[in-house]
Amino acid sequence: MAPVLDLKALNTGFFTAAGEIPALRDVSFSLGRGEILGLVGESGSGKSLTGFSITRLIAAPGRVTGGEVLLHGQDLLRLGPEAMRRVRGAKVAMIFQDPMMTLNPVLRIGTQIRDALLAHERLGRAEVRARAIAALDQVGIPSPEARLKAYPHQLSGGMRQRVAIAIALLHAPDLVIADEPTTALDVTIQGQILALVQRLCRERGTALIWISHDLSVVAGLADRIAVMYAGRIVEIGAVDDLLDDPAHPYTQGLIASVPTPGRRQARLAQIPGRMPALTDLPPGCAFAPRCPRAQAACEAMPAMTPAGEGRMARCLYPLTGGAA
Amino acid sequence: MAEFIIRRALQALLVLLVMTLLVFFGVNVIGNPVYIFASSECDQACLTAIIEDLGLDRPIWQQYLTFLGNLLQGDLGKSFTHGIPALALIFERLPATLELAFAALVLALGAGLPLGIYAGLRPEGWGAKLIMAFSMVAFSLPVFWIGLIMILVFSVQLGWMPSVGRGETVDLGGLELSFLTLDGLHHLVMPALTLSLIMMAMVIRLARAGMREVLFSDYIKFARASGIRESRILGVHLLKNILIPIVTVLGMEFGGVIAFAVVVESIFSWPGVGKMLIDAIAVLDRPLIVAYLIFVVFMFVILNLLVDILYSVLDPRIRFGGQER
Repeated sequence: MAPVLDLKALNTGFFTAAGEIPALRDVSFSLGRGEILGLVGESGSGKSLTGFSITRLIAAPGRVTGGEVLLHGQDLLRLGPEAMRRVRGAKVAMIFQDPMMTLNPVLRIGTQIRDALLAHERLGRAEVRARAIAALDQVGIPSPEARLKAYPHQLSGGMRQRVAIAIALLHAPDLVIADEPTTALDVTIQGQILALVQRLCRERGTALIWISHDLSVVAGLADRIAVMYAGRIVEIGAVDDLLDDPAHPYTQGLIASVPTPGRRQARLAQIPGRMPALTDLPPGCAFAPRCPRAQAACEAMPAMTPAGEGRMARCLYPLTGGAA
Repeated sequence: MAEFIIRRALQALLVLLVMTLLVFFGVNVIGNPVYIFASSECDQACLTAIIEDLGLDRPIWQQYLTFLGNLLQGDLGKSFTHGIPALALIFERLPATLELAFAALVLALGAGLPLGIYAGLRPEGWGAKLIMAFSMVAFSLPVFWIGLIMILVFSVQLGWMPSVGRGETVDLGGLELSFLTLDGLHHLVMPALTLSLIMMAMVIRLARAGMREVLFSDYIKFARASGIRESRILGVHLLKNILIPIVTVLGMEFGGVIAFAVVVESIFSWPGVGKMLIDAIAVLDRPLIVAYLIFVVFMFVILNLLVDILYSVLDPRIRFGGQER
């Protein structure tokens, strides 16, 4: 089956007086209908920027400099502004991290839903109202009719995120990019939102990119995981394979850093050092300075190589599947 | 809301009371109005008669209480020079000033908002730099100087613009208005522009600052990611957020514009209340000065109240603030 989204060698840079700062390099992955991809990495690894590169909403001075973003085979990077606007919200929707900030504080919930509806469809008043109520109802907001008149500050964080999800799903998009949408919420609410998004995407066959720094959240949600480090994908594979048997040393380090219940006595593993600044990347593998397995050959950039069934890793000395 | 308005109204009354004290006693310290009425042949008996006639022979606190009593009945005294109630005189002149002030406000918003929004959208461009330089100049130059230069250039040198008076007016429901006739509009342009410059500069800077802040907020990103048209995002989602500080500042500023249209009205001989005040001070027309000052204070208080109400209409967080707790 043809993929919904096919990212090919995406490059994004920030242009400053000192030249281009490479923020994304050679980011490639594809996503089938209804598939959930967890995009995992530390702050600054480029995971959010990947989302904004797909929807072409990077703030200046950032710019996509190369590659292709194929949505059903059509390259989004070649679309004009109006054609791109028609894609946003209708075919590719986004949900953001902080529900306190994603809704406009001075517009009623109903107005914000109406604007998002009318951006892509011609509807009458009554239709808009019916659709808005249905959308709120579907994300589990009680008495949706009354909520239409409410302002965002009158709702709790969880409720606001539900409204944002309702807006993102209004036009049954093919792809939803969720940028850490549960990070700012209480744990109990997190679980509800996760279950909600998972159910809604499964029901409609919506592909989902779930961006998170929290491996444990992604583990329970995603079909596949892509791990990012310093602007590149370092490993991608099915969630169970990747978690049980990581190929890239960085992935292993990430997994080891997650506290596991029942292992209170054991000292939590850490990855020594920190991610290099984007202005100061080594020419080779960016993880090499922190990597216990690094050797002289790691000073040249390794390519993404197969590391088992449906898996790829950017490592010369992977932990599984490959040579070592 | 009702409680809020009542509380503000009580505060306003207190402010008014204090102001009557300050204004009444302040004005009574300067000069001696008796000589306005006395002809050169007036002897002592004649002077005494005038003093008694004006009530100036009584202790000042009695005069104040009389003044306050009359004030409560809406009587601010008769103008010494015109011989008609001061308040009537103010209301006769007020439409001209209000028209000037409103025209200035419309100009400030009409030009300032788009310019500020543009400068906020493309802060690095030449256009934005030019706009910001203009706002800086408009903010810094004294109003009277701009007015004089405009008269020099457009009236004296080029002869395009009239520099004196209101021109032809139309009576609209008892209000004499000049902007409805071509001649009146012609007369209105220069004084209104002069008066609006500082407000316009302020609107430009506030709009630009607001844009820079709101443009990068998550909710604008979210609106864009939802495919909402840029015109709608600019005209509603952004505008409503940046209008909040602008309305506040303009509301306060507008009182000032009406009260201190004095300078512009004097330069362009605009027959408004400001011009009237200057004339009244020149001849020491005490009741008129006092009435004008009381009127200005009253207007400020009312305007501030209106701004508070309008502000809460624009910003739901203020309107519902009390209910959440």
